Amino acid sequence: MPKITYIDPQGTARTVEAEIGSTVMENAIKNGIPGIEAECGGACACATCHVYVDEAWRARTGEPSPMEEDMLDFGFDVRSNSRLSCQIKMTAELDGLVVRTPERQG
Amino acid sequence: MNAGGTEPIKTDVVIVGAGPCGLFAVFELGLLDIKAHLIDILDKPGGQCAELYPEKPIYDIPGLPMVTGDGLVKALMEQIRPFGPTFHFQDMVLTIEKIGDPAFRVTTEQGKVFECKAVVVAAGGGSFQPKRPPIPGVENYEAKSVFYAVRQMEAFRGKNLLIAGGGDSALDWTLNLAPVAGRLTLLHRRPEFRAAPDSVNKMMALVKEGKIDLVIGQVTALEGAAGQVSAAVVKLNDNSVSTVACDAILPFFGLTMKLGPVADWGLRLKDNLIEVETASFETNVPGIFAIGDINTYPGKLKLILCGFHEGALMAQKAHGYVYPDKRLTFQYTTSSTSLQKKLGVG
Repeated sequence: MPKITYIDPQGTARTVEAEIGSTVMENAIKNGIPGIEAECGGACACATCHVYVDEAWRARTGEPSPMEEDMLDFGFDVRSNSRLSCQIKMTAELDGLVVRTPERQG
Repeated sequence: MNAGGTEPIKTDVVIVGAGPCGLFAVFELGLLDIKAHLIDILDKPGGQCAELYPEKPIYDIPGLPMVTGDGLVKALMEQIRPFGPTFHFQDMVLTIEKIGDPAFRVTTEQGKVFECKAVVVAAGGGSFQPKRPPIPGVENYEAKSVFYAVRQMEAFRGKNLLIAGGGDSALDWTLNLAPVAGRLTLLHRRPEFRAAPDSVNKMMALVKEGKIDLVIGQVTALEGAAGQVSAAVVKLNDNSVSTVACDAILPFFGLTMKLGPVADWGLRLKDNLIEVETASFETNVPGIFAIGDINTYPGKLKLILCGFHEGALMAQKAHGYVYPDKRLTFQYTTSSTSLQKKLGVG
């Protein structure tokens, strides 16, 4: 199974296995990764699953949709590599994906 | 109390929250001749369905392969119409006081007072409150120079005002307060706005005329003292840092859910959820029920369909409180002429 690594603001890395088709948010919640709240449950209706995609992976995860950009307005310290993790679906190509969690969720 | 001579509104049941479960509770209560008033902090029915995902599809409502949040709310409103529920929007229940056995006095933030036989807490994830912007230390300025709502436009006359956000609230208040404020700056993290295109065009026209300023960036810190802000530190999109002088800030970062006063009603809570028994979804206080996402019991699932079921069972027990001397006969809407009469189809 593809792997995702979550790095928290203190630099601690946590790697989990993710099923293809599942979202980066779902895998965080399932594995109890701190720093991802997902208040709305994955409906792209809040900004509490905000992550920074590692620069090396940005081309493969793609850019946020207009709706996701709208929701990112509610995030904290939004950067050019900001994504909502509920909107990133795992594929075989994303095996090894690295995301960083922000200091706080919006 | 804060009744202040207000005549209490007498009704059978007060429902706290007008989300899908609160709405369907009106139906189940109505079939048993129980009248209800609903109180909700939003300005419309539907709760999370209306506020968080009006256009998103829901696939697990029995009998409806796909329905949007908005569609479900519209259908529920249609379904409960025969029972004539009374809605009290943009208000929040503050206290529930026991005045009988059971009977309750319910008071709201707007000063309304209700007297009822039973209370149904259908408050979902709690009440929607303005989201606190993710700015360190912002709480020190709240209600003094940082405001999440405009109660009186006059309070901002002549002020050097900073409005943050890119949705309808931010844009509407920018347009309304531009003639009132001494100077107004609108701050948003990107050049695209979520707000209605017409408002965006009007705002851009004001920028062009030099009447307001538009800054693209994010507030990272506030400067000021004793609750009075003097400037906002803004990170611009090229990562440079700038300050915007201001003496009042209006951040509009949407809504979030907070448990709020629910915690003060003497109900037994577990992890911020109300514990209920599963025969009638009654709380530890006889006469106060909790249905939908706000409750917890062994096996609980936060599904709208579960909240509907909980409302049906709740109504059976509530009937005994509202009509202690009446025998309750279980009936089906398909065959009961008396139920059909209530529904206006008989």
